[in-house]
Amino acid sequence: MAKTKAYHDGAVSGAKRTLDTCLSVFLGILSIIWLYPVALILLNSLKAETSISTTSVFELPIGEAFVGLHNYIYGITQMNFLSAFFYSLTITVTSVLLILLCCSMCGWYITRVNSLPSRLMYLLCVFSMVVPFQMVMFTLSKTADTLRLNNPFNICIIYLGFGAGLAVFMFTGFMKSVPIAIEEAAMIDGCNPLQIFFNVVFPILKPTMISTAILETMWVWNDYLLPTLVLDIKKYRTIPMAIQYFRGSYGRVEMGPMMACIMITVIPIIIMYLLCQKHIIEGVIAGAVKG
Amino acid sequence: MEKSIKKYWPIFLLPTFAAFAIGFIWPFLWGIYLSFHKFITVSKTTFVGLNNYVKVFQDATFVSAFWFTASFTIVSTVLINLIAFMIALALTRGIRGTNIFRTVFFLPNLIGGIVLGYIWQILLNGILTHLGLPLLALDARNGFWGLIILMCWQQIGYMMIIYIAGLQNVPSDLLEAASIDGANSTQTLLQVKLPMVMPSITICTFLTLTNSFKLFDQNLSLTNGEPAKASQMLALNIYDTFYARSGAQWKGIGQAKAVVFFLLVVGISLVQLYFTRRKEVQQ
Repeated sequence: MAKTKAYHDGAVSGAKRTLDTCLSVFLGILSIIWLYPVALILLNSLKAETSISTTSVFELPIGEAFVGLHNYIYGITQMNFLSAFFYSLTITVTSVLLILLCCSMCGWYITRVNSLPSRLMYLLCVFSMVVPFQMVMFTLSKTADTLRLNNPFNICIIYLGFGAGLAVFMFTGFMKSVPIAIEEAAMIDGCNPLQIFFNVVFPILKPTMISTAILETMWVWNDYLLPTLVLDIKKYRTIPMAIQYFRGSYGRVEMGPMMACIMITVIPIIIMYLLCQKHIIEGVIAGAVKG
Repeated sequence: MEKSIKKYWPIFLLPTFAAFAIGFIWPFLWGIYLSFHKFITVSKTTFVGLNNYVKVFQDATFVSAFWFTASFTIVSTVLINLIAFMIALALTRGIRGTNIFRTVFFLPNLIGGIVLGYIWQILLNGILTHLGLPLLALDARNGFWGLIILMCWQQIGYMMIIYIAGLQNVPSDLLEAASIDGANSTQTLLQVKLPMVMPSITICTFLTLTNSFKLFDQNLSLTNGEPAKASQMLALNIYDTFYARSGAQWKGIGQAKAVVFFLLVVGISLVQLYFTRRKEVQQ
């Protein structure tokens, strides 16, 4: 029996090796196809405006067509890209920090206190994750105007409200598996709940914090509709708004600068991704398991 | 312990609750209220009963947007999950270049919807011109498949990651037992791996279904509903009703459409969760 099995293994592993090589080659080709759209935009962003059309989009930027970084310089000044970058960064950083702080506190409270308000809050959070943004977009933008939450510096309160669902859900999901004993020991040692939370619970929550931060950052940084409706588009434009505005407002769209702007939006994302790939992928898995 | 924490609710619970009330609860309730009213500005509303809802279903653009969205959702959910699962299977065999492939396939997911739409608009219009076919904005069928390709490109990596995690969690003693019992690779896949990754399938179909059904940014930037609203999906149709149509009645109808849309999303999510949860096995 053992002998025949070993014999079979040899045959199988030979077949397996051929299959694996084929798969590697196939996926390699697929990877190149996967990256091609970004490469195409990169190549076209280096071309002169007159050399860009739907027929010449696949031609390389050589000879007269090549203009170097001209489109980038023009695009950055035309689109006011630096201010858009600043607004996007401000909104994302403030919102994510606020979400992490408030929702971790809220999540801890919900798991440790078993009362009607806790249970209600939890149910509302789960419910809010299903509701599409279109349901509240009109009334939300009116509410934001009334409460003066319509600038990049306090729009984070709206993001806290709308992002709370996922974050609270993640934190309660994690807290449920943390034994209460350490917190009780701290209480006996004379800590008040605030001290317990910041000295004992906060460090334990770190992995969930990173996962939540990544999921919320991916959402806030790329969000288009909420800032469009809430912010004053003439004064403040985030990066997605600036790109859409660039496209929508001009009579004739200048393709070169536009592709340059797309590239300067995409390049920082790619660099960030390559630097903290491990955390991003773990964040996605954690979010999926809880969600 | 519980009692002393309870006293601290203004610090722990209140900030999130207050923001939640401003950002979600109040707009939600107000939205339901407004869906029964006719208004231009929100300070002057007149009650019209179910009139807005009746008009929603008489609006041909909404009905066509519904069918467009429904077929888009079905096609994209099936394609994304099938391809993502196959890639995940290939990447859990320990083949050469696994890490590079995983990195590359996940990448598009981090790019925002608006930017994605414009990237693909440039590429697809180029291809269509070379094939001598009408551009994206001129033919709704091209717009439909363009959106499908875009959505696959964006979502496959994300779902692949979840499937890989699911496949890696299949206990190795189960696989060993299957191979001792003489199961071939197809049998192992269908009768051991597939039931064990059912939770991942639940999550991925849920995510792709709701993402596709609620799609907005990509629709706006890739086709913007052209030609003549034929490639408009529900979310864009609602946006269009609110902000692009003139006339006193449209804002109320837009809000009513939003409520219908919300109910559809909830309904689809519940049905999907019910059916896939039933197939999950206890580990």
